[in-house]
Amino acid sequence: MSTNVSRGTRGSQLSLSAGVILCLVAVSLPFWGESSWMREFVEIACYFIFAMMWNLLAGYGGMVSVGQQAFFGLGGYAMLSMATFWGVNPFVAIPLAALAAALIALPVSRLAFRLHGGYFAIGTWVISEVFRLSIANIPAVGGGSGTSLTAMHGMDRWARESTTYWVALACVVASIALIYLFLRSKEGLALLAIRDNEVAAEGQGIAVFRMKLAVYVVAAFGCGLAGALYFVSSLRISPDAAFDVNWTAFAIFIVMIGGIGRIEGPIIGAVVFWALNKFFSDYGTWYLMGLGIIAIVMTLFFRQGAWGYLYKKLEFEVLPTQRKLRD
Amino acid sequence: MIETVVQGLLLGGLYCLFALGLSLMFGVMRLTNIAQGDLIVLGGFSAIVLAPLLGLNIWATCLVLLPLAYALGYFLQRGVLNRALDKDPLPSLVVTFGLAIVVQNGLLEVFSADPRSLASGGLNTQSLHIGEQFAVGILPLMICVAAVLCTCAMQLLFNKTALGRAFRAVSDDQEVAELMGLNARKLFAIATGIAFALIALAGFFQSLRTTVSPSDGPQLLLFAFESVIIGGMGSFWGTFVGAMVLGLTQQVGFKVDPAWGVWLGHLVFLAVLVARPNGLFPKTKG
Repeated sequence: MSTNVSRGTRGSQLSLSAGVILCLVAVSLPFWGESSWMREFVEIACYFIFAMMWNLLAGYGGMVSVGQQAFFGLGGYAMLSMATFWGVNPFVAIPLAALAAALIALPVSRLAFRLHGGYFAIGTWVISEVFRLSIANIPAVGGGSGTSLTAMHGMDRWARESTTYWVALACVVASIALIYLFLRSKEGLALLAIRDNEVAAEGQGIAVFRMKLAVYVVAAFGCGLAGALYFVSSLRISPDAAFDVNWTAFAIFIVMIGGIGRIEGPIIGAVVFWALNKFFSDYGTWYLMGLGIIAIVMTLFFRQGAWGYLYKKLEFEVLPTQRKLRD
Repeated sequence: MIETVVQGLLLGGLYCLFALGLSLMFGVMRLTNIAQGDLIVLGGFSAIVLAPLLGLNIWATCLVLLPLAYALGYFLQRGVLNRALDKDPLPSLVVTFGLAIVVQNGLLEVFSADPRSLASGGLNTQSLHIGEQFAVGILPLMICVAAVLCTCAMQLLFNKTALGRAFRAVSDDQEVAELMGLNARKLFAIATGIAFALIALAGFFQSLRTTVSPSDGPQLLLFAFESVIIGGMGSFWGTFVGAMVLGLTQQVGFKVDPAWGVWLGHLVFLAVLVARPNGLFPKTKG
């Protein structure tokens, strides 16, 4: 008897080709689109990458954090410091800043991992506040009122905006690919086993602690990437903006809308969030209350999210990670 | 020096009231209430609105506020939070986080961002003179006494009453407790009701002692959380001591530099986490 293990389906291959074509069209946008579209894309890209990382942590790693803005802010400040003090090109500094955030995550994890479940969530928030308050006391980066990214002065506006846009596009594609390949790898399988039952996974010889650490560091890298990208685009940084808990709030919203524990979830969620943000963000407090209520209702009644629902109905994945047996 | 210590301990009393509700809800049903801080602020604003509305003095207002808060907690648990309880902490975290956002922005919409306080009729300026140059504010002293009484009451409730025994039973093993005839969902609702009454009391005192503003919530949550963890989970006296340590640390920090108080409190919390991950007085029971 021979069995055939497969992951891809015809549908997934088709949608992957569609994605490639979409990317190629997107690359050419600066030559025919408006600059406001590029700015909008960069902003939503930051939310999206951040949400992907929150999904990886909470949906796959079982670690619910409300302090991921720590790495977002650190990424932003690392990029700014490299560009301002060492003269590194800000665009080159983006991946370096993400790397710096990942390095800082190593010692930080030792603190955060002492707490579990709900207390882990609030503990990460305290850690983020410590970074915020500490950076607010450093005059070299503007203290509490923040500072501007002066390294961009003198750069042509179109060149700056389109380069930022291309970098953002590359970051989005790279983080989808990174998470997709990670989840398809042997480590990804181990991660799913841990999510389903941590004790049983440990019993099967999976190094649970090391896996969780790896997820935490990868998520810090991604959040740092989003942060560095965001502040390259906005050109101004302050501790309150960089370490704002709303980053995590929006990420939770995006993930819960789209579907937690699925790669496609944050993609759908980010599109929904972009649309809501475009039409309703003028309503301020009412808008935020609406987002909060939607997140509550989704969690209580549609925990699998929009993509989980579609998947159940259609049995179709764009980026399949499950292995299926066929005879 | 002595003054700083006394001020710190009195501040700790307030933090203890912030933290008891969080400790109770986590102890009984492993529910981490991220909305804790915003609900404290809601309690403060409720007192500010109720006092002139009812035309009563502040203590009578407080007596009206507490049962209202209990009812809110009871029905919120029955209607919403019970559905979110799961082995996985995610649903309850997302729901209480969503609740925090709703409460915070609701308050912002109704009351704007300005800080307000409850008119105490001069109570917050009175002080008790001990010796020549030493004075303690009456109100902070009352808050601290209230914290001691509440901690005592919670510990007695858990150790000596049938309700406390039922709380401990559902906390230890919900399934077995339900087989023995306990109604876990109702017990959870009662626990949340009590926690909300404590939250309202904390908010009442906060608005009396200083000011409340809609954006204060997250910080109050962190103070409550740090008190619980420093003291060690699962014991109300642990929470009390944790709150004292936090209040003392912050007061020392404020003394050195006004910008350092909160920051130093966070650092001491992290230091305790490194040195004693289970808190100063770890105890899983009760």
